[in-house]
Amino acid sequence: MKNLWNIFKKGLIAENPIFVLALSLCPALATTSTAVNGFTMGLCVLFVITCNNTVVSIIKNFVNPKVRVPVYITCIATIVTVVELVMQAYAPLLYKQLGIYLSLVVVFAIILARAETFASKNPVIPSFFDGLGMGCGFTLALVIIGMIRELFGSGTIFGIHVFGASYNPALIMILPPGGFILIGYLVAVVKVYNQHMEKIKMKQLEKANGGEA
Amino acid sequence: MAAYFTLFISAVVVNNYVLTRFLGLCIFFGVSKNLNASVGMGMAVTSVITMSSILAWVVYHFVLIPFNLTFLKTVVFVLLIASFVQLLETVIKKQAPALYNMWGIYLLLIATNCIVLAVPILNADSNFNFLQSVVNAIGSGLGFAMAIILMASLREKLRLADVPKPLEGLGVAFILAGMLALAFLGFSGMISI
Repeated sequence: MKNLWNIFKKGLIAENPIFVLALSLCPALATTSTAVNGFTMGLCVLFVITCNNTVVSIIKNFVNPKVRVPVYITCIATIVTVVELVMQAYAPLLYKQLGIYLSLVVVFAIILARAETFASKNPVIPSFFDGLGMGCGFTLALVIIGMIRELFGSGTIFGIHVFGASYNPALIMILPPGGFILIGYLVAVVKVYNQHMEKIKMKQLEKANGGEA
Repeated sequence: MAAYFTLFISAVVVNNYVLTRFLGLCIFFGVSKNLNASVGMGMAVTSVITMSSILAWVVYHFVLIPFNLTFLKTVVFVLLIASFVQLLETVIKKQAPALYNMWGIYLLLIATNCIVLAVPILNADSNFNFLQSVVNAIGSGLGFAMAIILMASLREKLRLADVPKPLEGLGVAFILAGMLALAFLGFSGMISI
């Protein structure tokens, strides 16, 4: 049980797909001009990555290693098409806003990377949790970026006014340059945090070793 | 003729795929550490986008539309492009080893990439005719090449700069891309389509 929690947890911060692995950056910028868009995109990716990890880990023994990548891509593309059709039917407005980026979930490096490095080598249940963890880390990153951009760019969070009517929105945050610069700083923050945690771990290890000696 | 020229300019600078539509960022940040590699990558992406757009246009208009299967375009395009790039790599390896040494390794990297898939899908979504699709594809490829070459030149200069420790590497690269995007914002509104 603890093992599964560890598999799930590492996707959140230590191996966060966006800030640390720097995979799938397109959606992190393109769909985060508001928090709601980022959240929706995150949920879509969460769904696709979890389903795909499960499917890949079930079929891994029947697939010839030489053709594995095309097979994985077909799986991903099928799941994405399902998501697309469902969104089109039940949330046409969001579907329109996410636009082409929803179809592009197919080629997000993070999904193929998890299938290749984790799901194709592990049993079904750990693969499921790995997908869940990575998907949640992805959603978390997208919501954080979306919230900050929305807060400064239009003075709202999830559509609720925060600063009052007198706030003069900094339009640049919603435009592309603001997104790039913000992610640059967020990458630095996560890097410092991870280094800090590593240092604490090292110190604990040293203490434990010292105690034994 | 003027319409095609407008489309071309719009794909290269006004709606630059990297800096205003955020496509192909993975390779944009991954490869731009080195100027030579960036030039190779720009060439490879331009030619692959152009050829796969042509293929995708043919399949979309002669197979998917007549059989009413347009909702399958994501699956079909992705497989089409991946298999086409694989084929291209094999052929070049056999026929032109010199060319293969120059940009063969980049080919597999771009087999499943957002920008290569996005251009055919956008072409299909905006109902472009054959010539429009080709012009849009070449323009977006060249736009990508321009952005990555600019970025690589800037990053080579940046190596001499004293960057704060946490921002080193990816962090400062993003901020740099932000500055570039800011510059490209100056083109917006030049052409309205």
